[in-house]
Amino acid sequence: MSLIQTIRNRDWRGAALPIGLLAVWYIVTAFEWVNTKLVVPPEKVVQVAYNYVTHASFIGDVIASLTRDLSGFVLGGVAGILLGVALGLSRWFERIVGPSFNTLKQISLFAWLPLISTWLGTGDSAKILFISLSAFYPVALNTFDGVRGISKAQIEVARVYGFTRWQMVTRLILPAASPQILTGLHLGLIYAWVATIGAEFLLIRSGSGLGNTVIQGRDAFNVELIVFGMLVIGFVGAFFNHIASRIEARLLAWRGDQA
Amino acid sequence: MAHAATLEIKGLNKQYQVRGESLSVLEDISLSIKPGEFVSIVGSSGCGKSTLLKLIIGLEDDFQGELLLDGNRIVGTSLERGIVFQEHRLFPWLTVEQNIGIGLLNNTKLSEEEKRKSVQEHIELVGLKDFASAYPYQLSGGMSQRVAIARALVNRPEVLLLDEPFGALDAFTRAYLQQELQRIWEKEGITMILVTHDVEEAVYLGDRVVVMQPRPGRIKRIVDIPLPRERNRSSAEFVALKEEVLREFADTPVTETELVAELVVEEAYPNIHELKAA
Repeated sequence: MSLIQTIRNRDWRGAALPIGLLAVWYIVTAFEWVNTKLVVPPEKVVQVAYNYVTHASFIGDVIASLTRDLSGFVLGGVAGILLGVALGLSRWFERIVGPSFNTLKQISLFAWLPLISTWLGTGDSAKILFISLSAFYPVALNTFDGVRGISKAQIEVARVYGFTRWQMVTRLILPAASPQILTGLHLGLIYAWVATIGAEFLLIRSGSGLGNTVIQGRDAFNVELIVFGMLVIGFVGAFFNHIASRIEARLLAWRGDQA
Repeated sequence: MAHAATLEIKGLNKQYQVRGESLSVLEDISLSIKPGEFVSIVGSSGCGKSTLLKLIIGLEDDFQGELLLDGNRIVGTSLERGIVFQEHRLFPWLTVEQNIGIGLLNNTKLSEEEKRKSVQEHIELVGLKDFASAYPYQLSGGMSQRVAIARALVNRPEVLLLDEPFGALDAFTRAYLQQELQRIWEKEGITMILVTHDVEEAVYLGDRVVVMQPRPGRIKRIVDIPLPRERNRSSAEFVALKEEVLREFADTPVTETELVAELVVEEAYPNIHELKAA
């Protein structure tokens, strides 16, 4: 299929709203119907974006944020899968740990920040701990759900073929629970990105990152920079979401159309 | 050809604990099955026929009496005993080939190369060569059940247990798979035990038909089927034998208390009759 056809075949209706808003934005600033100090014209945002992107610190900020985000996501994701599998497999473990887990879950994630920063300061370790905590909950909960839902019938099959404990986990439990685990990881990836920016806002004193950029914009009353920062944050989030959906569809192709 | 085993069931009793009370599911079952024999077991629901297979396959080991395979006590599951359930129970994330390979996962007798070969042979045995890399969602019910049969046979077990394997299929597919199963049984020469509630299926496939009666599950009668194979379902002898088996059902009325007892068991142990639920 040629590029032109690809573009033609795409459903462009979803683009109408952003294009419309952009037009309104342009018009209200061009005719100065609003305070252009607060609502800056789009072309100024483009200009600041250009200056900022060509400036070396932009790449540094993006890399700093992404590194934090992914480290936290991996830590939280792995911990979440481990806890979810343990809770789902052992009734005994679930009785002991389940109630505490469900209580801790009720604490708003951002309420952890004062404690985390008291213990670990405002550096990367504090931020990564916070990010991993936010990825941890959805992964643990969904994994638990998935493992709990494995049918007795399949466990009997595994027993008939003499599965060892390790084979039970790797050949039955993880693949059988993989739809829920992937849902958890998908959510965790989104939460982790929200938490990355949140941590950079609230643990501002040290380090670089996209969240810091936006805060710097606010401190310098640089609305162009704030808007640009928001756009980049939004695009990175959308990109993660897209990638996660693609990976999920790929790995769960065995479910056919029911997915 | 695989080695076929003698299966001896001696004075087998099995109870389930229901609300603190002991409910007898199988009572004094004794049956000796010759190597390479095809035995059908029929009975109305609640007669314990599926429970009997669960004990033979080794998924449950809390019983009294003796279960001997070639003179050795049956303890737990083993690759020398295979089973096909009513639902195919394939792993949906594995292809046909990989699902059959699951049967060989813990087979220590074969090399990797021999395993690959054996999987291919069994795919061909059940006629699914073109579907080797298909996923279960892409298969019909009958095809899935053929994969399940291949998975159960790939270890060359000495005994194959079939727990209402065609119960969920339509009449045409069922008749076709019955023929296929007979062909495989003749080719492999192994011992097969088929549990079914379809009397015609039992007579068509069995060397003997064991009729069980419910609450508690007991053997009511064993009917020999001396007809040559391939059997003609509409021949006078076939119909007469079918009638004879059916008559055994006629005089086992189901009382209301018995039905309640069955419901109680099902409620407490939903997996006992999960075949019906499926």
